[in-house]
Amino acid sequence: MLGYALRRVLSAIPIALIAVTVCFFVLRLAPGGPFDGERALPPTVLANLRAHYNLDQPLVVQYLIYIWRLLQGDLGPSMVIDGFNVSQLISIGFPFTLTVAMSAFVIATVIGVIAGMIAAVNQNKWPDYVLVLVVMLGVVIPNFLMAALLQLWFGVYLGWLPAGGWVAGSIPHLVLPVTVLAWPHAARISRLMRGSMIEVLGTNFVRTARSKGLGQRLVLARHAIKPALLPVVSYLGPGMSYLLTGSLAVEQIFGLPGIGKYFVTAALNRDYGVVLGTTILYMFIILALNLIVDLVYAWLDPKVRYR
Amino acid sequence: MKFTQTLTAVATAGVMALMMSTAASAVTLQMHNGADPGSLDPHKVSGDWENRIVGDYIEGLVTEDAKADAIPGQAESWDISEDGTVYTFHLRDGIKWTDGEPVTAEDFVFAFQRLMNPATASDYAYLQYPIKNAAKINSGEITDFSELGVKALDDKTVEITLEAPTPFFLQALTHYTAYPVPKHLVDEYGDAWTNMDHIVANGPYKITEWLPGSYVHSVKNDDYYDAANVQIDEVYYHVLEDQAAALNRYRAGEFDILTDFPADQYQWIQDNLPGQAHVEPFLGVYYYVLNQEKPPLNDPNIREALSISIMRDVIGPDILGTGELPAYGWVPEGTANYQGETYMPAWAKMPYEDRVAKAKGIMEAAGYTPDNPLTLQLRYNTNDNHQRIAVAIAAMWEPIGVKVELFNAETAVHYDALRAGDFQVGRAGWLLDYSDASNTLDLLKTGTMQGDTMNWGNNYGRYSNPEFDKLLAAASSEQDLTKRAGELHAAETLAMDQFAAIPIYWYVSKNIVSPKVTGFEDNAKDVHRTRWLTKSE
Repeated sequence: MLGYALRRVLSAIPIALIAVTVCFFVLRLAPGGPFDGERALPPTVLANLRAHYNLDQPLVVQYLIYIWRLLQGDLGPSMVIDGFNVSQLISIGFPFTLTVAMSAFVIATVIGVIAGMIAAVNQNKWPDYVLVLVVMLGVVIPNFLMAALLQLWFGVYLGWLPAGGWVAGSIPHLVLPVTVLAWPHAARISRLMRGSMIEVLGTNFVRTARSKGLGQRLVLARHAIKPALLPVVSYLGPGMSYLLTGSLAVEQIFGLPGIGKYFVTAALNRDYGVVLGTTILYMFIILALNLIVDLVYAWLDPKVRYR
Repeated sequence: MKFTQTLTAVATAGVMALMMSTAASAVTLQMHNGADPGSLDPHKVSGDWENRIVGDYIEGLVTEDAKADAIPGQAESWDISEDGTVYTFHLRDGIKWTDGEPVTAEDFVFAFQRLMNPATASDYAYLQYPIKNAAKINSGEITDFSELGVKALDDKTVEITLEAPTPFFLQALTHYTAYPVPKHLVDEYGDAWTNMDHIVANGPYKITEWLPGSYVHSVKNDDYYDAANVQIDEVYYHVLEDQAAALNRYRAGEFDILTDFPADQYQWIQDNLPGQAHVEPFLGVYYYVLNQEKPPLNDPNIREALSISIMRDVIGPDILGTGELPAYGWVPEGTANYQGETYMPAWAKMPYEDRVAKAKGIMEAAGYTPDNPLTLQLRYNTNDNHQRIAVAIAAMWEPIGVKVELFNAETAVHYDALRAGDFQVGRAGWLLDYSDASNTLDLLKTGTMQGDTMNWGNNYGRYSNPEFDKLLAAASSEQDLTKRAGELHAAETLAMDQFAAIPIYWYVSKNIVSPKVTGFEDNAKDVHRTRWLTKSE
C-alpha cells in the first residue's frame, strides 16, 4: 500500500504541471489585463507596470519565469492587491477557509450519515419524509440565498448570532457561515447514505445476520454501516473540494477573510498570479483528497486491493 | 438637608460613574467600506474605499473639513504669489509621524517626486500635473526629479511652483496623491513601508491591522495636532461588496455607516429607517460613448437622434429607484469655479413626442426606419443597473429605427474594448477627481501623439474638435476665473451641441448613517473624514 501511495504521489507531478500550464495560457487568452480599469493609465505608467510584472516579455518567457519561480516555492506578486504577495494572501486566508470548510465537513458528514441511516431504517415513514424535506431545502436553495436568509433571521430579526464579520477565536461568528456551507453537503451525503443503506439492508448477508437473531442496532453497527458507507466515502473527496471552493458566496456575504473569493475576483481582475496560486493550491488539495479517499476504500471494502 | 445631601451624593456618584464608563469604553466606529483595499500607499491607491482609509491616516498640506472643503492640514498657512503660480506652505510646529520622526518639508518634496517617478506607476499622478515639470517627469521626458516644482525652502516650508495659475490647485492638494510619505521609511523599506510592521501615520488615525477580505482597523493617533477634538477612538473599515448583506448587518447593528446600498431597497429604507438614508448629488456623470471613428456614429445628426430620443426623466426615479437627476450637459451642477448658467439644450425642453418625431426624421433622412433599422452594438460592463438602463434605452431607440444588440462583459474586458475603439456605443461613467469643470471636459479632448500611435486616454469615443481643444488650452492658462469659466462653458456647449457623447444621468452618493452618528455632513465629493464624526451609544 505504501508503494501504491508513492506511485500516486509521483504521478501527481505531471498532472500538476499540465494543470498549471493549461491554466497559465488559458488565463492569458482571455481579453483584458490586470491594469484595465475604468480609467486609462498613461502609457508610460502602463509600460512601467507591465515591465515590473514581466508582462512585456514574450508569453513563453513569462511562462518559464513563472515555472522557475514556482519550483523555488515563489508564487509571485499579486498584480491587483499591492500590499501582499500571493503566498502571503494564501497564508492569511487559507487557514481561515480551512477552518470553515473542515468544520462544515465534519459536521455535515456526521449529520448526513446519521440522517441517511434514520431515513433508510424508517423508509417511507414520517422521519423519512421530514428528513427528505430538510435535505431538499439544503439542495434547492442556492447558498447565497440561504446565507442572506439566515443572516436576516438569526442576525436581524432574532439577534441571536452576529450577522457577519470575523472576530478572531469567536465561535458565534462561525455558526452561520458553517451552517450555510454544511447544509447542502449534509444533504448530499444523507441522500447517498439513505440510498446505499436501503440497498445494503436488502442484501443476503444482512438477512443472514437478522435470521441469526441479531437486533436492529447490532445489524446496523456490525454489518450494514461499513458497506453502506462506500458511496459516501467516494463522495467525500469531491465534497471537501466543493466545500473549499464553494466558500466564495459565504465569504462574500459574511465578510470573511478566506481565499474563496480570490479564486473568482482575481480571475475577473486578471490578477494572474493570484488565480494561478489558488488554482495550484486547490489542485494539490484535490489530488491529496482523492489519494486519501482511495486509501480509506481499502480499509472499508475488502474487495479493493492496491498494487 | 439630609435628603438633599443624599441626592447630591447619588447624583455625583452617578455622574462620576457615567464619566468613568465613557472614559473606559472606547468609541468604535464600524464603517462598511465596500471593496478590499488594493494598497494603503497613497501613491498606489485609486478607489474611494481606499481613500476613506488612507485619508484617515495620512494628511496632506491641506485637508478636508466636514463638508469636504479645503482647510489647513499639515500646513497651518500658505501664501500665494500674485501671478498665482507659486504657493508657499508653512508647516505646523511639532507635527510627527507615529514613530516619532518629525514630518518635514523634505517628506513632501520626496513624496511628490515619488508620485511622479514613472517607476512608481501611480494611477492618478496626472492629478498633480499642474505642478511645474510634473507631466514631463511622469512621462520620462525629464529624468532629473529635482526639476519638479516642489522645493523645501527649509524644514518647515514647502514651495510649490505651478506650470500656470490653477484655480483648483488647493482642491487638488486635498487628494491623496498630494499626501506626504515618510521618506526615512521609504528609503529603508521601499514600497514595503506600508507593511503592518513598518507603517506609520501623521493623520488623525493610525492603522493597526489589515485582514484582507475582512477589515482594516485603525485607532486614534494621540500625537495628531488636533487629537483633542477627535471623538472616535477606533475605526473598522469593513470589506463587504454584497450590498444586501451590508444592509442586513447594518440592521443587526453591526455597522454604523453604510457607504452604499441596494437602490431597489431605497423605498423600504425610507419607510423603515426614516432619515437614515443620505442620497445626495455627487460630482459625476453616467454616459454613453459613441465611437466616432467609424460610420455611422461619425455623423453628428445620427448622434443627435440617439441622444434626444432618450427619455432621461424616467431613469433615475423609475429604473434606478434612487432619483438620479437627468443629465443633458457634461459638467455637473455645483462644480467649483464654474460660474454661469448650466448647459441646457433647447431640445431638452421639447415634449418627448416631438423629440422622437424629430429623431425619426433625422434617421429617415439617413435611410433608417423601424423596418430597415440601423443596427448598433451597445456594450456595457456586467451589472444589473447597467443592464436595466441599456434595455430601457434600446426600447427608446427602437421606434426611431435603431436596433440594439446588447453586449455585456466583465469590467476589464469592457474597458479594454472601449480603449481599443472596439465598440459602437459603450457605457461609461466619470466621477470627478476634484471639483473643476476641466476634469470632465478633458474626457473629450483630442488624444496626444505618442511615438507613432495616438493616445486617446479616457476619450473612448475619440471625439475630436480643434476648436474645443483650443478653448480648453486657453482656459488652462487663464488667470481670470470668470473668463476661464466662460471658456469652459463655451467648450461644453460646443461639444454637447455636436453630441460628442450622450450624458444620461448625474450620479448620486448613497450613504446610510446611524442616528448614533453625528457630524456626517452631506457634500458633493462624498468625503466624510472620521475625525469630524462622533458616535453615542
